[in-house]
Amino acid sequence: MPTSHITPEMLSAVGREISWRVSFPITASDIRRWAVAVYYPDDPPAAFWRASHARGAANDEIQVPEEFNPFAWGSAEQSPSREAADGSVEATLHIDPPNLEFVLNGGMECDYGLRMRVGDVMRSVIRLHSYRERRGRLGLMLFTTTEDTWTNQDGYVVKTVRQTHIRY
Amino acid sequence: MNLAVGSEIPAFVRTTGLANWNRFAAVNDEFIPIHMDDDAGKAAGMGAAFGMGNLLWSYLTAMLRDWMGGDGRIVSMACEFRSPNLKGQIVEARGRITAVRGEGRESLVDLDVWAAAGDTLLAPGTATVAFRRRHEQTSEPLEVATR
Repeated sequence: MPTSHITPEMLSAVGREISWRVSFPITASDIRRWAVAVYYPDDPPAAFWRASHARGAANDEIQVPEEFNPFAWGSAEQSPSREAADGSVEATLHIDPPNLEFVLNGGMECDYGLRMRVGDVMRSVIRLHSYRERRGRLGLMLFTTTEDTWTNQDGYVVKTVRQTHIRY
Repeated sequence: MNLAVGSEIPAFVRTTGLANWNRFAAVNDEFIPIHMDDDAGKAAGMGAAFGMGNLLWSYLTAMLRDWMGGDGRIVSMACEFRSPNLKGQIVEARGRITAVRGEGRESLVDLDVWAAAGDTLLAPGTATVAFRRRHEQTSEPLEVATR
């Protein structure tokens, strides 16, 4: 049984930029589909469906849910490392990854800034934030946290998300 | 709107399973075996296929959003995914106010939030939302713009 999955090489990578990507412009259709999926089996709120119901919206603009993901089905541009990567943070950073088979979503922390709007283009920059370990029923678990900062086309911060994945 | 410390906000409740998960997978590109196939879920140590953490996050967000009704904004939220959301579970996204404080033009409301299925805690967390203070009410939406 390993005493640690964290190598000196992995520790030295903390803080490094992992990847960046730029979304396609957010469309009203994207929003409607997202809202239908989240609110299923109920109808989604009208603010995500019809512009006239979106309080504070300007000119035929429906609201964008705070947690909407404009990168779900691809990016307009992305860093070469993101194009090449197929798996771990470590592989993207060209360091040896730990030999762990399973990955779970461990949790998220999000700070919100300016709300996304239809037509916005998001730029996401992801950095390696931290590693930690804990022993549990699944064995020695590796918690890897990345920090993803989104800015819109005007440079305003839309959100910063720290996402933790658990590998075991 | 009751902003008393200790009060609970209306829950967001969903009976969950492949009907929800498949729809969310389609919008968030999460067609991952552990969310679709019982054997994959068992191999991962979870007993069966289970729902996405990102969907639980959406449920918690929807709870806050529906409660605020367009009058406020979500400042921050955090949660951990502790237990798998299994098929057939009735998931309740809930919140309880823990503090109310003023900051500039806004009233900030801190909450404990959580998603649970019966006695099983799926995702505990915290959130902070902001409302414009009564005397600052205008037709302009609350926005925070930083570069």
